Amino acid sequence: MVAGPERRDHRYIADQFNPWQQQHYFDDRRADRAYRRGRYGRHRGHGRLQRSRDNRMIAGVAGGLAARLGRDVTVVRIVLVLFGLVSGFGAAVYVLAWLFLPVEGSTETIGARALSDRQGITIVLALIPALVVILLVASALHANFVSSWGTPLLVSAAGLVLVARNADEDERAFLVNSVKALLQLGSESRQSRRSFIARLGAGVVLFALGVFVISDGALSRSWLRPVVGTLLIVAGTVVLLGPWWFRLALDLVHERQARIRAEERADMAARVHDSVLQTLALIQRSADHPQEVAKLARAQERELRSWLFEGRAPGSFGAEGAATLSAGVEQIEREVEAAHGVAVDAVTVGDAPLDDELRALLEAGREATVNAAKWSGANSVSIYVEAEPKRVSMFVRDRGAGFDSDAIAGDRQGIAESIRGRMQRHGGTAVIRSVPGEGTEVELSVPRRPGRP
Amino acid sequence: MTPTGVPTVFLVDDHHLFRAGVRSELGDAVDVVGEADEVPAAIELISERLPDVVLLDVHMPGGGGKAVIEAIKPAYPGVKFLALSVSDAPEDVIGVIRAGARGYVTKTISGPELIDAVLRVAGGDAVFSSRLAGFVLDAFASMPTDVEPLGPFDPELDQLSPREREVLRLIARGYTYKEIARELTISIKTVESHVSAVLRKLQLSTRHQLTRWATERRLI
Repeated sequence: MVAGPERRDHRYIADQFNPWQQQHYFDDRRADRAYRRGRYGRHRGHGRLQRSRDNRMIAGVAGGLAARLGRDVTVVRIVLVLFGLVSGFGAAVYVLAWLFLPVEGSTETIGARALSDRQGITIVLALIPALVVILLVASALHANFVSSWGTPLLVSAAGLVLVARNADEDERAFLVNSVKALLQLGSESRQSRRSFIARLGAGVVLFALGVFVISDGALSRSWLRPVVGTLLIVAGTVVLLGPWWFRLALDLVHERQARIRAEERADMAARVHDSVLQTLALIQRSADHPQEVAKLARAQERELRSWLFEGRAPGSFGAEGAATLSAGVEQIEREVEAAHGVAVDAVTVGDAPLDDELRALLEAGREATVNAAKWSGANSVSIYVEAEPKRVSMFVRDRGAGFDSDAIAGDRQGIAESIRGRMQRHGGTAVIRSVPGEGTEVELSVPRRPGRP
Repeated sequence: MTPTGVPTVFLVDDHHLFRAGVRSELGDAVDVVGEADEVPAAIELISERLPDVVLLDVHMPGGGGKAVIEAIKPAYPGVKFLALSVSDAPEDVIGVIRAGARGYVTKTISGPELIDAVLRVAGGDAVFSSRLAGFVLDAFASMPTDVEPLGPFDPELDQLSPREREVLRLIARGYTYKEIARELTISIKTVESHVSAVLRKLQLSTRHQLTRWATERRLI
């Protein structure tokens, strides 16, 4: 995009010196536009029409169309809405696009997945008799309006059923949230319920008036009929659904912001990984060569500083105190490694917010880890923590000297008892297994309080 | 295999210091037939030299280890991959395993353990580090009693057997295969077959939860 205007500017300056070539400037501008069209054309050549992930109100069809046509997305949206109002087929086309266009960055469409959704297809087939009944009733009543809207509405409904059943997690969440928001419209406080009823009344009246004007022609001038009718229908729809749309748009904005934040964080994690973690791994391997270690550490420090001075926030992970089981385990890992120079390898499965029992478990586990680091002589300690629905267990294992459980020295006995005692006070258990020459494993376990997540 | 019976190994990592370190640690136990520091070069050289085992970094510019596996695996199914990474990001690890790696070990692994892992992969077994075992337990644990499965649920692929769970737990606790065999009074071969079965499930399960779990973990 930038290449075009820049090129033009250079040419423009050159043209200043040669008035005879002024015409070329305009030619060049045309060429520029053609060039830009060409860009889109090429884009069209290998990029399929896709639904936009970032630029979406409902399914991202307008955003995708806008990107492909090189038009402003608002214009595309307005055209789509008008198309939808003039004939119900607009809505149907939109839903079908939702089904059959892949979302950005994916090749699979929801429609492809829907093919194997036998139950969904059954529901859709069940809609056909409903359509037939509606059309029969409409033709009996001479209500052309109903019969012209019935088919597209049912196609849309069928499409939405398939989308709702087969969409990705996040699109499904979006659908569920919008339906929830719609249901909540009338059921908040008394005052909002009253205003809801008022709004409902006004909306329905406006809508009905619009339908009446279009279909029956109460106005004498025929050209006014569709205009006034459409305006009334639009006004009715806005009064009825406006707050809902507003809430949806707000949700979308929040969701977009959250995704941008998450992407930023992932990007930062990747950078930290590429530099810091790699260097740390190298330092661990070169532990026998102090000079090498110092060199690596200095280089890494320089790199990290220059990165931080670029103005990027250093990130918040790890900044808060341990509020969850896994954060607590990480804290033990860090502290024991720093204090005793022993590698601690922790694996956590599942997670839970900390309560008194889990804090006791972590304290006992820390003591067992420090023990292993101090006494076993092993250069690494493994911690394994698993949070299950009914209980949380923690295993601390070393491959060090081990000891004979029957002939434990006095101080060891004390440590073992303090671990056991702490666990028992909180309704848990502690089992210490040790084989001389093979190492020690401490198994701690507490039941989880019922009613806690 | 070389005539002397040691497996041939190819190294892919974008840090040359690290490659040099691994090379010296592997020593004579294997025959290092080449190395590469980027994805396209790795793909070209591996398809030319066809090593027994490719030791590869998960994180690299140009698609990472996953891209290498995806390019080589279909054409040369005989080449086996062992992922070696400092990355503890579960979605990276699970991604490279699902692409077809036979195992994952962290870069802080000791020399003898690394040799053992390479020989194991060369012999057709799977290699699980304690961390990978934890990831797998985590991914398969949040299931399936309380959550209604989305899409078709295949108990054969989408669930770990109690025995497999037990074996994984012991790996996560830092046990070696030998110690697991002793603990559960089964043979080492049986332990290996359990681990291979888990690897297969991890690669073939289409469960939505597996991907959702990985994305959720990334956002912590």
